[in-house]
Amino acid sequence: MKHIISVLVENEFGVLSRIASLFSGRGFNIESLTVAETDDSTVSSMTIVTQGADHIIEQITKQLNKLINVIKVVELTESVQMAREMVLLKFAVNSGAKRLELLHLVEVYQGRVLELGSRSLIVELTGERTKIDAALEVLAPFGIKEMSRTGMVALARDSVK
Amino acid sequence: MYGDENEVRMKKIIGAQILLEVLQEQGVEVIFGYPGGAVINFYDHLPDYSCRHFLVRHEQAAVHAADGYARATGKVGVALVTSGPGATNTVTGLATAYMDSIPIVVFTGQVPTPLIGNDAFQEADIVGISRPCTKHNFLVKRVEDLERIVNEAFHIAGSGRPGPVLVDLPKDVIAGKYFKKKAVQPSFKGYNPNYNGHAGQIQRAMQMLFKARRPLFYVGGGVVLADAAAQLTDLACRLNIPVTTTLMGLGAFPEDDYLSLGMLGMHGTYRANMAVTESDVLVAFGARFDDRVTGRLDKFAADAKIIHVDIDPTSISKNIDVDIPIVGDLLDVLQKMLEEVKASGEKAELCAAGHDEWLKKIAYWRELHKLSYEQDDIIKPQFVVEKISQLAQGHDPIISTEVGQNQMWAAQFFTFTKPRSWLTSGGLGTMGYGLPAAMGAQVAFPERLVIDIAGDGSIQMNSQELATVVQYNLPVKVIILNNGYLGMVRQWQELFFDKHYSSTQMNHAPDFVKLAEAYGALGLRARTPEEVEPILKQAFAHPGPVVVDVVVAAEENVYPMVPAGEAISNMLLV
Repeated sequence: MKHIISVLVENEFGVLSRIASLFSGRGFNIESLTVAETDDSTVSSMTIVTQGADHIIEQITKQLNKLINVIKVVELTESVQMAREMVLLKFAVNSGAKRLELLHLVEVYQGRVLELGSRSLIVELTGERTKIDAALEVLAPFGIKEMSRTGMVALARDSVK
Repeated sequence: MYGDENEVRMKKIIGAQILLEVLQEQGVEVIFGYPGGAVINFYDHLPDYSCRHFLVRHEQAAVHAADGYARATGKVGVALVTSGPGATNTVTGLATAYMDSIPIVVFTGQVPTPLIGNDAFQEADIVGISRPCTKHNFLVKRVEDLERIVNEAFHIAGSGRPGPVLVDLPKDVIAGKYFKKKAVQPSFKGYNPNYNGHAGQIQRAMQMLFKARRPLFYVGGGVVLADAAAQLTDLACRLNIPVTTTLMGLGAFPEDDYLSLGMLGMHGTYRANMAVTESDVLVAFGARFDDRVTGRLDKFAADAKIIHVDIDPTSISKNIDVDIPIVGDLLDVLQKMLEEVKASGEKAELCAAGHDEWLKKIAYWRELHKLSYEQDDIIKPQFVVEKISQLAQGHDPIISTEVGQNQMWAAQFFTFTKPRSWLTSGGLGTMGYGLPAAMGAQVAFPERLVIDIAGDGSIQMNSQELATVVQYNLPVKVIILNNGYLGMVRQWQELFFDKHYSSTQMNHAPDFVKLAEAYGALGLRARTPEEVEPILKQAFAHPGPVVVDVVVAAEENVYPMVPAGEAISNMLLV
């Protein structure tokens, strides 16, 4: 089962490597990992998507907590989190009809067109992972030339705490 | 602040001096080390300070010596080495200390900060290399941060679940000038180990324990590290509960007490492994359900409720599901448990009186299969350890070991009665640990009898330290159980690989008596059972370091033995 773990860490040299080597050294799986500074420049926030049985997830959160540079670890269960990821897609488009159809589908998925060239098109999509996956399936026949996906970022919702 | 008025009046000193002053403030009396280009500034100022420095012959030994010093004293051990190969040589020592939760701080030299990453001479990314085998590590990038980081390193090493911390010191940092400030307590955003055992959980645990019919204490190295052996012993004796210890827990409970079952696990005693298997409440104190202890997990204490006390939350429910977890310092939790016992009056008395049948059963197991061997005209290694145990009593002995059969026989046949008298590489199983660890302990306790029980294979992994013990006249006694084999691997080959003794014969060992003499130590040899006692007596009476080469039976095995992955009740007994 997928789990999202949100980790606040001290924004110090080598922290990402400590987290990554914890996962590799103990055989835990990382599906995606995102890192960015928070409003406090000495603190970074990481969102880690991982898989495993409950006792593995329990070990992961405990082992993360044990790292000296880790400030806080929260496992976000599906009911209490808002999770999003973003993907940038580049399409090669030659015919006008194809282009119109593609633009229409992008609109359905509430995507944005970032660049519209004579032969290509760059599109941004944001949403829950399932939505992104569904969009990719629908858009794949148009010929995705390049793709860059962020991995998930997530926050706990206050309203259901 | 740079512009602080007080600081302007203070004199700037170089990083090496700041380090030495902080070490002094931390109460460091002893450093094990080895100089080199990157740390030459440190060595330049070392003689101006009161710390005693011991020049080892290999950096790995510096770390093991600091580790042995830490295990014997309870203080944080310190080693200092140069960059590159000096630093990489510490890795085995760090991993050894990490697996056994030993508090040490290792300082490594580093190339100057502008050269880091340039493949400079004697550069190694030791912070990257040592990350998975340290509790934490630091690269000091500015001399301004040096004092704070060194204080943090000592705090992290010694607090919570202890462990090794590495501090990497670029040459321009220890040569750079700054002020030594006033010592401040380090503070961390995310590190604050919980020492307080939860009162409610402790009460629940005690109620469960009072009702148990077949309770057992399973005691690990955590009790030794927390200096809680006296409280553990008090609790076991008040409640009349038998105690088995892990390899790391030896000495936490006196083995001459009738409640002692000795060690459990792969080479544990018959009674200990049977008692685990049939217990109804098992209390793990500072132990981590290691595979060498549990064997097959689903058969380990399968009928027991399990209470687990540990300072490290990651140890709890890692390998085995626990009914009552208690996170906290062993000393704190044991004190609270003793208070519960005192407060509960009759309940505790009833509990203590209610284990007769259980203790009778254990006594039966004890008689059924004792640890044993047959001494004939060839010296048996077990006989040597028993003799050491007898002859060392009264000399407040500290025993270190190498790894393999020598280690297991020492664990089985030496009678441990005191914590912090047993130095062995339990988790990592590091051959070559024993001599440098003994050296570290002997530095801390010059008057005590420090003995390294060794094998002819292991001793060759750090025998260069004989030079160190001779140089500083550390009267360590190295007793080599010489069977001409890498005995434990040979035993596995005998039992599980049809006696295919591939690469386990050590048929080109040095003459250990001559080796000792070459270094300037006393070398002795025992060839017959009759010679063992007088030779050991002579060794123990000698005021300097001694190597005793004991020619023992070549193909003796360590029993009992639980084959890897089997239930621990499934023991090979002969």
